[in-house]
Amino acid sequence: MSSTTTDSHESAAHSDHAHSSGGIGHFIGTYVFSRDHKVIGIQFLFSTLLWFAIGGLLALGIRWQLAWPWTNMPVIGNLLFSAEGGQISPEFYTTLFTMHATVMIFFVIIPILAGAFGNFLIPLMIGADDMAFPTLNMLSYWFMWPAFILIGMSFFTPPYGAGSGWTSYPPLSSMVTAAPGSESAQTLWLMGVTLVGISSMMGSVNYLTTIIQMRAPGMTMFRLPLTIWGMFITAILQAFALPVLTAAGVMQLTDRMIGTGFFIPEGLVVNNSAMASGGGQPLLWQHLFWFYSHPAVYIMILPAMGMVSDIIATFSRKPIFGYKPMVYSISGIAGLGFIVWGHHMFVSGMNPVLGMTFMTATMMIALPSAVKVFNWMGTIWGGKVQFTTPMLFAVSFVSMFIIGGLSGIFMAATPVDIFIHDTYFIVAHFHYVLFSGTAMAVFGAIYFWYPKMFGRMMNETAGKLHFFLTFIFLNGTFYPMHILGVVGFPRRLADPYHYETFAHLQPMNQFMSMCAIGMVASQIVFAVNIFYSMFRGAKVGRNPWNCNSLEWMAPSPPGHGNFDFQPIVYRGPYEYGSPEVDTDFYPQTQPPPESADADSGED
Amino acid sequence: MGRFWSLLFLLVPILGTGLFVVAALPDSAPLYGHWFPEDISRDGFIIDDLFNFILYLTGVIFIVTGIVLFWFLWKYDADKNSEPVKFSHGSHTLEIIWSILPAVTLLFIAIYQMDAWAASKMRRPTVSAGVDGIDGTADDQLQPPLVEITGRQFEWRLRYAGADGKVGTPDDVHGVNELHIPVDEEVVVALKSQDVLHSFFLPNLRLKQDVVPGMKQFMWFRATRKGTYDIVCAELCGWGHYKMRGRLVVESRKEFDAWLQAAYDAQNQTEYSPSDTDDE
Repeated sequence: MSSTTTDSHESAAHSDHAHSSGGIGHFIGTYVFSRDHKVIGIQFLFSTLLWFAIGGLLALGIRWQLAWPWTNMPVIGNLLFSAEGGQISPEFYTTLFTMHATVMIFFVIIPILAGAFGNFLIPLMIGADDMAFPTLNMLSYWFMWPAFILIGMSFFTPPYGAGSGWTSYPPLSSMVTAAPGSESAQTLWLMGVTLVGISSMMGSVNYLTTIIQMRAPGMTMFRLPLTIWGMFITAILQAFALPVLTAAGVMQLTDRMIGTGFFIPEGLVVNNSAMASGGGQPLLWQHLFWFYSHPAVYIMILPAMGMVSDIIATFSRKPIFGYKPMVYSISGIAGLGFIVWGHHMFVSGMNPVLGMTFMTATMMIALPSAVKVFNWMGTIWGGKVQFTTPMLFAVSFVSMFIIGGLSGIFMAATPVDIFIHDTYFIVAHFHYVLFSGTAMAVFGAIYFWYPKMFGRMMNETAGKLHFFLTFIFLNGTFYPMHILGVVGFPRRLADPYHYETFAHLQPMNQFMSMCAIGMVASQIVFAVNIFYSMFRGAKVGRNPWNCNSLEWMAPSPPGHGNFDFQPIVYRGPYEYGSPEVDTDFYPQTQPPPESADADSGED
Repeated sequence: MGRFWSLLFLLVPILGTGLFVVAALPDSAPLYGHWFPEDISRDGFIIDDLFNFILYLTGVIFIVTGIVLFWFLWKYDADKNSEPVKFSHGSHTLEIIWSILPAVTLLFIAIYQMDAWAASKMRRPTVSAGVDGIDGTADDQLQPPLVEITGRQFEWRLRYAGADGKVGTPDDVHGVNELHIPVDEEVVVALKSQDVLHSFFLPNLRLKQDVVPGMKQFMWFRATRKGTYDIVCAELCGWGHYKMRGRLVVESRKEFDAWLQAAYDAQNQTEYSPSDTDDE
């Protein structure tokens, strides 16, 4: 370790926290309504992992129906759907895919990246003692709870829960009569999603301020780890795109509740009753929704790309290849991300001329993604690759992101999209980006930063088993979806097999469903590992992976206030294998040999 | 273990390419019918060709990047590689090359697709050149729709222009879910919705258009093969979305005219008399 870390653990770190007077009040202040970014990050982590499990089980419901439609689900079928004789009803099927997507996007991917890792890592990696606004930070977590409760209520509101898809396209979602049984469920759903937006908003303002204002001495913007760059750009995206979704959500709420008609056109006859309101335009919602939700796609991948960059550089023992091109491509993705939302609407009835513009912008956004892939491969080239669990997950991110990125080009091409829009090709595409990409990166990040969070390692053997099973089963589940898409197999159908065109695709769906069951079951290995290691994992020092970035200079786990010394940054975070020093890593805080009394490494 | 994991990542391009090849093989035994559905249109091949073009292009990139990734993992495995780490922060030249090459390729794909898009969504067939007598100008007389299709939870309502060639007049012929069209003729259909969003999807013609309440869309195509095919609703429209299935009946002009006349006669029947309908 470097000579700069002095061991004065409990010194300044806990002094500003002395007001809590022990007992239950202290416990609540420290672990429940905590303003410490690390506790908030871990709270986000476990909340989102719980929802991850729920979202996965919802997916199994969908897979069950697609493999064996209208059959009694073994054991749990009669408990869940006694009224339907143990089957999934078509109404419940719409609720299943709506909730699966809602949970996975709004309660898992976005909060686990920004909420869990953003919170935990930003102050540690930039050398700050906490976030700029700790109370706002605490609120950003606790505003998730009303959202959790509202979406939960929406799911359990009899008879069926919200069923308009996570995109909630009006008029289906904005007219109560269009979806019988979803009256209050859809309203609760809208409120829940709007609250998630408010939570993210508070987080993003905090992240931006913290990264701009609270970097340690010497930590210039171009010495930030790419994880922080990912978080920074993500926060910008959230801050600028979210207000649009919030406004649109409120408009849809008033459409439902007080009959405004922002999204409801004149003269509709729904369920044999004429609608009173009118004068609106359903496409307006699609524009507003995707103006947020397309940047949200990048919100769901940029931090993952950053974390993957850090993990790959660490375990290749080599500087990241093309640091600045990586930063520029993250920024390029974010900038272009604001002008590509129309590619969700090529066949929506939007002016086809606009489609051409959006096609060109969408094609161009593949460019920074390609640059990133090449740079990751360049990082591995010439390194010394250590196949640790985090590295396996990070490499699989690259491998899978290539698939998800390339399949995007098909949909960006407007004529091809006419055929594959709303088929399983798109389902394959976004699962390759979001599950095989982001979720795998998140797994890697958990294995990687777990020692910093809890001071203990996760079990490597179990980690590799978890990786192997997940990797095999996810490809078994998602890869054949491309083939289904080529046949034109539509998404969101409770029973596609009564169409002649798709009747013969059931065996392939059964294979995919079995893989999906395997994939969910494999996560048990992970769940056991994460809890077992918390108590029985091997204890570690500050820097178990021999990393350069600042978080590894703090104690594991860091106390309140993070650092027991003032970090001063001398260089970027990727100086692995530097000829200046004998070790194969060169921490950001280690003074260069010229100024210190080091006697080696002079070239 | 580095060897094992490298090979695992090598499986991605191998099996990934393999599945596409097996699925695309004509009449291949294991995955027969797991590729594009039968194309019965004059223009559908354009979309299939563009898809295949992108597939070959991305396929090459997929295979090459997959193999390079495998090779780097294999070669630079810390347990096997005794060479020192190449201390490099990147290469400006390489960055320029691998920025410009994809940029040009992607731009080319975008421009290359535009004509097919315009043909499908912007160039509605015309019947005459309009007052200025020049084809391809704004005042061309557009071909009127043969039938107006109205999406409704959960069926397709059809309204054929009757003898006067106009939809919305008393001689219209009404139908539900079963769309008859003449083969080898340019057909224009108008699309509307009465309640929520639907999407009119004809897999065998490679056509899809969302149907938006409050708006009217047009779609045009030429079917070249007789038969009965699926009409799919491709946009979530409620609990019964899955069963919003229509049938497309492509038949000769003669059969079509006879069917339309019979349908017209049947709906103008004022009294119920079973023997009459039997004669039809």
